[in-house]
Amino acid sequence: MNKLMGILIATIALIALLHGVEDLPKWADPNQPASVHVSPRYIERAVEETGVSNVVTAVLADYRGYDTLFETAVIFTAGVAVLMLLRRPIP
Amino acid sequence: MIREQEDIIIQTICRFFIPFMQVYGLYVLVHGHGSPGGGFQGGCIFAASFILMAILYDLSEVKRRFSEKLNVVFFSLGVFIFVGVGWLCLLLGGNFLDYGKLSKILPADPVMARYYSIAVIEIGIQITVMAIMVSIFVDLLTGGEHEGAAEEEDAGSNSK
Repeated sequence: MNKLMGILIATIALIALLHGVEDLPKWADPNQPASVHVSPRYIERAVEETGVSNVVTAVLADYRGYDTLFETAVIFTAGVAVLMLLRRPIP
Repeated sequence: MIREQEDIIIQTICRFFIPFMQVYGLYVLVHGHGSPGGGFQGGCIFAASFILMAILYDLSEVKRRFSEKLNVVFFSLGVFIFVGVGWLCLLLGGNFLDYGKLSKILPADPVMARYYSIAVIEIGIQITVMAIMVSIFVDLLTGGEHEGAAEEEDAGSNSK
């Protein structure tokens, strides 16, 4: 019974998700919202604004500096968490 | 606990590879401006050289070269460099992480100031990622029981 219930819920969720897929923009559509908002500006201006020839680095470290800062903070937190949980003083 | 390797092939290959891995880690870091790469990748490669060193020798060798105190200092230092650059921009009258304002103290125009400060924060990321990777590896390997250097030397001398 539980298994049947699980299959039913999974099927309903699948149908709901597939229904949502219809509204997504077409693959590689140049007019989709993600492509017309800020990314053309980054691609056009990144080199002259930051001097970095690799646009990925320019976006990652400059335009999205907060993101990278907190990625580093997440890694730092992970390290401190492992240190606090696992490390014991040797008796 | 990893024992010291007796196999001469593994010893020779690892001893040959470790300096090249470390140089390659630094190369990936400084080449992040022109090609794929940067602090995260370079830090992981650099940390992998220490892990290889732990496989080649035992753990006490890694801790002798890269001590626990230094490790803790390093993984705070990287985040500190990153946040420090952000605060410096704030003090010079810009927004947080607005690197262009650093041209007031760097001998460069705002564009090149951004270029250099991206390099600086990548160095910070590299230091943090490297130290954290080594720290997590050592902690998971020993279950956290590796503090005192004296115990490490005793355990090492027993295994020989």
